[in-house]
Amino acid sequence: MTILFGKIRIMPRRPGLLSIRLWTLLATGFFLAVSPAWAVRPDQIPNMFVPASTPAHEVYYLALFALTITGAIFVVVESLLIYAVVKYRARKNDPEHEPAQVYGSAQVELAWTVIPVIIVIVLFLTTARIIFAIQDAPEPHAALNVTVVGHQFWWEFRYPKLGIVTANELHIPISSQQHPEPTYLKLLSADVDHSFWVPQLGGKTDLIPNHPNEMWMDPETAGLYYGQCAQFCGVEHAKMLLRVYVDTPRQFAAWVRNQEQPAVDDPSVAAGRHIFETEACANCHTITGTTAHGTYGPDLTHLMSRATIAAGAAANTPENLRVWIKNPDVFKPGAHMPAMQLSDEQINQVVAYLTTLH
Amino acid sequence: MADQTLPIPSSTQIPRAGTAAFMEWLHGWVVTVDHKKLGILYVVYSLFFLVVAGTEALCIRIQLIIPNNHFVTPEVYNELFTMHGTTMVFLVGMPILFGFATYLAPLMVGARDMAFPRLNALSFWLTAFGGILLYFSFIGGFGLYGMGSAPDVGWFAYAPLTAKAFTPGHNTDYWALSLIVMGFGTLGAAINIIATTLSMRCKGMTLFRMPLFVWLMLVTSILTLVTITPLTAAQVMLLIDRYLGGHFFDATAGGAPIIWIHFFWIFGHPEVYVLVLPVFGIASEIIPVFSRKAIFGYSAMVAATVAIMFISLSVWAHHMFTVGMTSVSNAFFALATMVIAVPTGIKIFNWLATMWGGRICFDTPMLFAVAFVFQFVIAGLTGIMLAVAPWDWQLHNSYFVIAHFHYVLVGAIVFNIFAAIYYWHPKVTGRMLDETLGKWHFWLFLIGFHITFDPMHVVGILGMPRSIYTYEANRGWNSLNMVISIGAFIQGIAVLIFVWNLIRSHKHGKIASNDPWDAWTLEWATPSPPPAYNFAVDPVVRSRRPLWDIKHPNDPDWKYEQ
Amino acid sequence: MSTVPIFADEEWRQPSRGMVAMLSLLIGESAIFTIFVVAYIYYIGRSVSGPTPAILHVPIFNTICLLSSSFTIILAERAIEHGRMRQFAALWGLTMLLGIEFLIGTGMEWHDLIYDKGLTVSTNLFGTTFYSLVGLHATHVIIGLIMLAIVMVFTLMGRVKQSHAERVKVLALYWHFVDAVWVVVFTVVYIVGK
Repeated sequence: MTILFGKIRIMPRRPGLLSIRLWTLLATGFFLAVSPAWAVRPDQIPNMFVPASTPAHEVYYLALFALTITGAIFVVVESLLIYAVVKYRARKNDPEHEPAQVYGSAQVELAWTVIPVIIVIVLFLTTARIIFAIQDAPEPHAALNVTVVGHQFWWEFRYPKLGIVTANELHIPISSQQHPEPTYLKLLSADVDHSFWVPQLGGKTDLIPNHPNEMWMDPETAGLYYGQCAQFCGVEHAKMLLRVYVDTPRQFAAWVRNQEQPAVDDPSVAAGRHIFETEACANCHTITGTTAHGTYGPDLTHLMSRATIAAGAAANTPENLRVWIKNPDVFKPGAHMPAMQLSDEQINQVVAYLTTLH
Repeated sequence: MADQTLPIPSSTQIPRAGTAAFMEWLHGWVVTVDHKKLGILYVVYSLFFLVVAGTEALCIRIQLIIPNNHFVTPEVYNELFTMHGTTMVFLVGMPILFGFATYLAPLMVGARDMAFPRLNALSFWLTAFGGILLYFSFIGGFGLYGMGSAPDVGWFAYAPLTAKAFTPGHNTDYWALSLIVMGFGTLGAAINIIATTLSMRCKGMTLFRMPLFVWLMLVTSILTLVTITPLTAAQVMLLIDRYLGGHFFDATAGGAPIIWIHFFWIFGHPEVYVLVLPVFGIASEIIPVFSRKAIFGYSAMVAATVAIMFISLSVWAHHMFTVGMTSVSNAFFALATMVIAVPTGIKIFNWLATMWGGRICFDTPMLFAVAFVFQFVIAGLTGIMLAVAPWDWQLHNSYFVIAHFHYVLVGAIVFNIFAAIYYWHPKVTGRMLDETLGKWHFWLFLIGFHITFDPMHVVGILGMPRSIYTYEANRGWNSLNMVISIGAFIQGIAVLIFVWNLIRSHKHGKIASNDPWDAWTLEWATPSPPPAYNFAVDPVVRSRRPLWDIKHPNDPDWKYEQ
Repeated sequence: MSTVPIFADEEWRQPSRGMVAMLSLLIGESAIFTIFVVAYIYYIGRSVSGPTPAILHVPIFNTICLLSSSFTIILAERAIEHGRMRQFAALWGLTMLLGIEFLIGTGMEWHDLIYDKGLTVSTNLFGTTFYSLVGLHATHVIIGLIMLAIVMVFTLMGRVKQSHAERVKVLALYWHFVDAVWVVVFTVVYIVGK
């Protein structure tokens, strides 16, 4: 028991939740086969039962607790049902008279009222504790602040204290017990309702116009975590994907340093830059250090630091960029990126420019 | 006994000769105010749309059978799932259940017709017209390229996606207008059922001697009054925003889209109880008859139903745990949602106790009813899981939720609808449905249901959100989606067998007596089908099971009922 | 079925179906009004620009007329119960006149708001919620007046008898509801909201 307890002590972030650990110990053995409970891998499966951050862990333990209770109820009630249906089925040689008519029983009815009430009380108290622990957790001074603005159909990420603006792929630092640096997200919307959901890092929170929301996460293992928009927001809701890179302190510092630079200014691709600034691109996109200051679409200053384009709809390759600019409907029909009506020559030049934006 | 009635020809038989006779027959159906004919109209209308919405579901499942599929475009997919949900709730669920009530409630209380026969007819035609208006959107709406466009904003139509700025075509307007029209129909039906139940019972039938189906429909109808009306109000607000320049949900003018979410779920949560309470009533009629025992705990059933009605008005924000309410609000709604499990559990235990010690006959209605109990337990338990608000922060809007509510809507409600049709078909038409086809229907539907909806819980846990027209191939969702889609087709085949059973039994079904199931409530005291006036002589009752009293004169119920 | 006569002496009483139906309708209508009232209250003070409730003049006279019409309709109900059809016709007509006055007064108020104060349903949140809520109520007054008018016509034709008292009472219940809603709307819009 102590050995297992010892293992658990690494996990909890908030004091006072040890009793839940005790309960889940009983359940964990049962569920071990189903979910890889202790191993946290930055996997491509956004499995909420492979948590990688405190809110996700708390929810996971609470879920196991709820599953234990509901599992027990399931076994008891369904067994009684199956038993009744088998034992009391009509048989061919049954006597013709009706069985004894029983209209009720005060004791039995009282029992099956009181017991569920007790179960509800226990489950509710456990639930309430976790609600308050997660929602009302005070924001520590060292927290990283990111403002997330939901758009149809992409994510804008702003780091107000660092002066960084990026899109679709979020970089946040590891938060360990020795050096806690949780990320606090402020969630806003520029148009319709969206929802930020990366299951391994925590539950989802909606982005609703005129209703700013907050959530936090403190991932403990570096890697790439997947998620996507979880509130139907229009035709390309399915392709509003999320990639969250949890970086080591060194990786994160390097990323921040790079993002803080203005855009790379390579004279050999000046033609492409010129097209970008004078054609309609600049109406929607920003590239710092140029005359493009549009805010309707994602900031492209460090486009090549991202693995995907169009909020995950396609890999970030020159060929895909070419297709995206020429005919976005190939990847994401209904996205607000218009087909730019540029000649192939112009597109090549623009792509050559964009691919320098590291 | 009611057998001594005049031999009036059944109104449901199609006359054979000539166009004139056909037109007269059709005219009879169009102008009828007879609750029985209107009930049949409701049910036939709903079954038609069940097939339509089921086809929409199959299209959805074909699109999702593999990742990055191109069976339908994203625009069409979004229309499909919006219409599937809207149709199933408003054009199938509500009308069929109110249809059962329209047909059965007057018979069960020993009345000649409903309290307001003309209102009854108006309600049906409003519902029907609303449904046709909704489907007209496919050809009438001004969508992409000027073509028709069905609503594609989700059946919950969250603002501000429905604002003119984000949905310029007319599809949202069809959604709002058709539902407003149908809402008036539903309101009329609810008022009629309340008035019939409270004012038209036969002599001796106190409220506590009414069949449980009637009780459940009474409570459902009262709940409907305060359920459908908030939706109507919110939709009027939406139309004011869209057409009169209103700002109810307009964030740029200070409006709060979040109040649409509140108003919608103030409708939406009690709505699911409006859908499920009637089927509790159906189960409470069928399970006793096929267990050969009186329902266990009648009074507790009534009390639990009323409790559910009240509590259901206070839980709506469990659909909104992720919108950013305060922790106190989240805790309140989590508690209220868990509390509603107590009266619901009481009902399940009562059905179980009814079967206990009985002599259970597994005719098709009972097969569906037993499956209902088994599945409803699971549905209730996944509901408890969703009530655990922090877990809901993960599960909300994932396929786990879809699995949960389909477990209720299909596993509980549709199964009971099938049970009801097999049970009351002899009374309505004078012919039994075929038992062999019925069993094929049942087993195939059961298997298909579980193949689809059991794995759906898992794919939700693995992070798959709802309302997406396709999904990434590397998320681990592929094989589960394929299994789910296969199950859907098995259910489709089962439904086709059911439709075939209905068609075939119309001419070739075994002729039914008054009381083929040896049941105990008043509708079984009339011929099958009943004459236009229902009862030749007004019944007088002394207990909850008047026919039991007649069949067991030495051991009548009124000796034992408190 | 008539083989178990036990209620030979007892009376079998059930509530009047008209009353039950009207009460049910009113419960549903209350829910609709509640939603509009909630929206109104939620949006108090949240208009980003444009006129505020300060521009409203409290419609005292209109309110007195409408609430008095509830009183006159009660008297009309009593009249028809006792078969005093002339008195009934007079009181019913007076009720209608008071209702019509309310509508005229509302119309004049709106005219002033639209043309002098520049407040329309699209101006701002106040405009949207004000016209929706007050307009919803006024719509119900109109519907009520139409129903009252139908009864008035039949009364003047001599077709309404003392035996119709129950039906008249059902309709009067609707009219009382319209008045009761006005009390709520008036309080929310002209007292709380200002």
